Amino acid sequence: MNKQKIVLLSVVSLLVLFAFGTFTYNSNKSSETALIAKENEERFIREYSTVIGNSDAEVTLVEFLDPSCETCKIFHPIIKDTMNKYKGRIKHVIRYAPFHKGSDYVVKLLEATKKQGKYEETLEALFKYQNQWVDHHVPNKQIVWQLMKYVGLDIEKLKNDFNDPKLDELIKQELADVKTLGVKKTPQYFVNGKPLQEFGHKQLIELIESELKKEF
Amino acid sequence: MSKNNIESSKNWNIIFFAWLVATVATLGSLFFSEVMEQPPCILCWYQRILMYPLVIIFLVGLFPFDKNVFKYSVPFVIIGWLTALYHNLLQHGIISEAMTPCSQGIPCSTKYMSIFGFLTIPMLSFIAFTIILTLLFLFFKRKNS
Repeated sequence: MNKQKIVLLSVVSLLVLFAFGTFTYNSNKSSETALIAKENEERFIREYSTVIGNSDAEVTLVEFLDPSCETCKIFHPIIKDTMNKYKGRIKHVIRYAPFHKGSDYVVKLLEATKKQGKYEETLEALFKYQNQWVDHHVPNKQIVWQLMKYVGLDIEKLKNDFNDPKLDELIKQELADVKTLGVKKTPQYFVNGKPLQEFGHKQLIELIESELKKEF
Repeated sequence: MSKNNIESSKNWNIIFFAWLVATVATLGSLFFSEVMEQPPCILCWYQRILMYPLVIIFLVGLFPFDKNVFKYSVPFVIIGWLTALYHNLLQHGIISEAMTPCSQGIPCSTKYMSIFGFLTIPMLSFIAFTIILTLLFLFFKRKNS
């Protein structure tokens, strides 16, 4: 065998090995995630967790998000559209995986707005103006507070509610669940406890639709 | 003439094996970061920067065979080997963590994973650089004799 052929053969076999390894690893991982998800059902919705939509809906979409995460922002309207399309049949559970530095601060603030009944508006505004308050992946607290004023929140009350030690416990609980459920990136979705096999908005809608069909 | 050919062929083989090791190390590190999604720390990045070009340098040196490949590759290998050595000493606690250049949440001293219980990623890097350095040393000796 000549030298060119040896090198070519090595390259090809190494690449095949790499592709095979990738395939094996990914398929092992997704079945593992499915198992973890199944065994931890009670960890998907905590008592305090925000549920948007019909609470008796057939399909439960659990989302782990980070307000500073750009992909979460992009997915937000896609989920809203899907929920509108199948009105009353999907409930959206919002959980947090505040992986960005300083995101826990924003999550606490967002949770504190619940006491004024403005949770959804605040989340919308946070996503809509994300590029203004997220500065080099770190939230700019001053701008976040300005945004709260813009949403129409009572700032004095918000400041009080923000200091509730329960919010620190919430963050701790969220992070603990993130660990047990194996959430490594945001956003991560579980549709009736099933994780996405492959990330993407099409894949997410497909998974939701396949669960909707099952329920018929 | 034929003896020369055999000698030259042996030299070629040495560089070929060095290329093979560099390629396996490159693909392996890409597997860790891209498939297993383990974020590389700063020191890992330095070692990657020194390992990845070797795949190209050795390959260029193989066709047509060029003995000068030693001269061009050895600086990368030595610096890479030293970085890997430093990283391993750090991870085993021989050098203190205060000296690490790491920032942004991925400390170099943390052992993210190990294979068979003792092989960490920096250890694999050290082994790869050591093999390549040994092969180059062998090549250098043969070249001069």
